[in-house]
Amino acid sequence: MESLLRPTDDTQVREAVAWAASENKPMAVLGAGSKTALGRPANLDTTMDLCKLTGVLDYEPSELVLTARPGTSLAEIDACLREQNQELAFEPPDLAPLLGTAPNIATLGGTIACNLSGPRRVRVGAARDHFLGMRAINGRAEAFKAGGKVVKNVTGYDLCKLIAGSYGTLALLTEVTVKVLPRAEKTRTVLLFGLEENSAISTLSDVMASVHEPTALAHLPANIAARSSVDLVSNAGCAATAVRVEGPTPSTIFRCEKLRGDFSKLGEVEELHGQRSATFWKEVANVTPFVTRRELTVWRIAVAPIEAAIVTAAIGSKCNAEWYYDWAGGLIWLATPQSDVTSNNLVRDSVASAGGQATLIRAEANVRTVTSVFEPLPAALYKLSARVKQSFDPKGIFNPGRLYAGM
Amino acid sequence: MKMPETDEGVIAKRSSLVGRFRKFLSEESVINDHDELKVYETDGLTAYHQLPMIVVLPDTTAQVAKILKICTSEGVKVVPRGAGTGLSGGALPLADGVTVGLAKFNRILDIDYGNRTATVQTGVTNLAITQAVEAKGFYYAPDPSSQIACTIGGNVAENSGGVHCLKYGVTTNNILGLEMVLIDGEIIRLGGKHMESAGYDLLGLIAGSEGLLGVITEVTVRILPRPASARALLVGFSTVEAGGKCVVEIISAGVIPSGMEMMDKAAIHAAEDYSDAGYPLDVEALLIVELDGPKAEVDHLLQRVEEIATSCGAVNIRASKNEGERLKFWAGRKAAFPAIGRISPDYYCMDGTIPRGRLTEVLARVTDLSDKYNLRVANVFHAGDGNLHPLILYDANKPDELERAEKFGADILKLCVEVGGVLTGEHGVGVEKRDLMGTMFNEQDLNQQQRVKCAFDTEGLLNPGKVFPTLHRCAELGRMHIHHGRVPFPELPRF
Ligand SMILES: Cc1cc2nc3c(=O)[nH]c(=O)nc-3n(C[C@H](O)[C@H](O)[C@H](O)COP(=O)(O)OP(=O)(O)OC[C@H]3O[C@@H](n4cnc5c(N)ncnc54)[C@H](O)[C@@H]3O)c2cc1C
Repeated sequence: MESLLRPTDDTQVREAVAWAASENKPMAVLGAGSKTALGRPANLDTTMDLCKLTGVLDYEPSELVLTARPGTSLAEIDACLREQNQELAFEPPDLAPLLGTAPNIATLGGTIACNLSGPRRVRVGAARDHFLGMRAINGRAEAFKAGGKVVKNVTGYDLCKLIAGSYGTLALLTEVTVKVLPRAEKTRTVLLFGLEENSAISTLSDVMASVHEPTALAHLPANIAARSSVDLVSNAGCAATAVRVEGPTPSTIFRCEKLRGDFSKLGEVEELHGQRSATFWKEVANVTPFVTRRELTVWRIAVAPIEAAIVTAAIGSKCNAEWYYDWAGGLIWLATPQSDVTSNNLVRDSVASAGGQATLIRAEANVRTVTSVFEPLPAALYKLSARVKQSFDPKGIFNPGRLYAGM
Repeated sequence: MKMPETDEGVIAKRSSLVGRFRKFLSEESVINDHDELKVYETDGLTAYHQLPMIVVLPDTTAQVAKILKICTSEGVKVVPRGAGTGLSGGALPLADGVTVGLAKFNRILDIDYGNRTATVQTGVTNLAITQAVEAKGFYYAPDPSSQIACTIGGNVAENSGGVHCLKYGVTTNNILGLEMVLIDGEIIRLGGKHMESAGYDLLGLIAGSEGLLGVITEVTVRILPRPASARALLVGFSTVEAGGKCVVEIISAGVIPSGMEMMDKAAIHAAEDYSDAGYPLDVEALLIVELDGPKAEVDHLLQRVEEIATSCGAVNIRASKNEGERLKFWAGRKAAFPAIGRISPDYYCMDGTIPRGRLTEVLARVTDLSDKYNLRVANVFHAGDGNLHPLILYDANKPDELERAEKFGADILKLCVEVGGVLTGEHGVGVEKRDLMGTMFNEQDLNQQQRVKCAFDTEGLLNPGKVFPTLHRCAELGRMHIHHGRVPFPELPRF
């Protein structure tokens, strides 16, 4: 029998979990469902939908802290923060269009549970670095809390870190406290055209090592740049390397000028302001270049930044892949036309030999069943992780198998 | 402070353990001589001391693994120890425990400027990392005041902060990978030079786990380019309230200084006497606000902060004109602890965090408590992130002063929790705040944390007696209570 549970308060969440635990009913956990296609497919007939747990509970701009229920949409949180000139600094991406659902529905809880961060991650850290405290229900139907509502806290284990990126497999969040930061007064994106990939990566590495405090660094090879809706980028007819600087006006202008000066020795330079800069980085964050090419299998690859072009070249020499770089090379979005065992192994092996990790973000459900979606864990780590899962969810009722088979 | 019961059976194995350790460790790396053990009897929280049963000083990961395997098979408790500068008694030995000292893990293994990482052994000091990379213009951002002595492993175990963590984050935000040994001797590696790893974020969990989950042997940290410039402002206020308001106003204006420290009158005077930093002595509260980044930004923000400070009623404002002056402004603050040490035989450093907006109220109540316990207090704090360090002055040689100081401290921490804050911002729970955990967490909260501990250490051999007020057996914690042999929820909930 299929059942859909859609609790509206914490007590109901707890009751539902108690029922599921006593009946041994594993359940699929979701917020707005925008990332249901991410992870190993579960095929469970019970669904726990937390989208009714909504609302900002507490927001004190001068404390840089916001507490909301997990089903609150990022859009609502963004609007609330915008009024005070603040934001979620980790720049959460909206992967819904890539994964085939409507945009702008993602929830705070889902974003935290998947630890999704955008381009600014290189400067300010990931979602997990901004996740300060929580209330949650574990697989024993017990309510517990961890962390706190202040920005600096080391009282007890940092269980928030475990929940961030757990894909709903450990506990059900009922309240989330995040750190928020002031929005930058001014933003500029400097574009440098025509760099070949190795030099682009080493240029971005130089910028990261400079005093210019960049807040986003990407490189789009020509084929990807051509798909941008920002005309300066798509009309250039060549690769685009982009660096964003943000901050108080005089500082931003100054750093932008410096970067332009440095870059002008390397190629043609342009500048994006305001809306166009925002659009460009949204495309980078949301993997827009691959959204409409539904036939492509999409990978998210984390590597040591200077290895980036080496990894893509290795993959590209053996299959017809396309890709672009974020996080100064630390993040590669890569798409392959095939999703067979050979090409999947090719991607994984090339990434692993450079010491990185690959996640299969978009692929047919049958592929995500036979190929590990997340980087396989060494045996000792797998065992330890399985024990950690057990410590929250002894009966395995929350999203079993979503991260790893058998866990 | 009640510590786990001493196991006489283990004590009886002492000499056989020493023999087994000496099979793969040199003579001087296995310490069981009373006088030599005394060096390890306490950490930075000197009110507590206990001689360890044995101290071992391994220098390879394989040796650590062997030690832990032996301890597991013999049921011997293990206490990891870095430099012993911890302020919450995290490295306090156990009478029937082996202290694993990691000071010999002092090599820098890899510096990778292209990827901006440094990989070092666990015993490398915090400052040594910065020193190893500063010639190329880099540094390691978290800067605890103990940085000349404390180890990176200790920093990870405590998730230590520093005066610049307002802008650059604490340890957990600045590490990318580590190697550690589990209690059964299994060696695991987490993370690496890349920014994200699949599976549960065990790296994030280990940061701040106070030596209860594994022995860290190697750490990969992120290094950052030194900001182009930095300037500091010294701002004096005639009331603490005005200073507290200024802190809130600066943040509300969207300015995140790289550091924002506050001192009260007692701390200002002690620091000035000790270090000649040039602090104004006729003020009740002093703020040090540091801005860093491109010069254009620093000058611009400095002016804004000055304006805000003036509007909050600042009576004294000085901006550093050069690097020497900036460092001088900091010299007083950085020496605040030893400075207090000079005006009082003993002091007890507290570490709660509160919402910044409650600063004035909390300080007023700390003053009341100071009257109640008849002990002086000097306040220094990381005002930018609401992390208080009230220093309670006492004399351990006077009857009941230590006890009074501890009660006073506990009241301050309870107050922090009461106003929406937490027990510890950076020094950790250790033994010191262990029995106060109940003021912040209920039994279910603590049980969940202890179940995570069980996932790493089923027998509870790693650093027991720290962090958790009550020790539960893992089997007991693992039981599911919702059954009672029946199905209590036969109905499918409908909502
Ligand atoms: C004067 C002074 C100023 C200080 N200033 C600050 C400050 O500004 N900010 C701040 O955050 N702290 C500060 N501290 C506290 C202290 O220095 C930090 O907590 C530091 O990180 C401890 O490092 P350590 O190497 O001395 O660790 P230790 O004291 O030896 O150990 C601390 C804890 O870590 C565990 N541990 C140590 N090494 C390992 C390892 N390799 N594997 C597993 N567990 C391990 C121990 O078991 C113990 O629980 C200060 C201390 C002093 C004395």
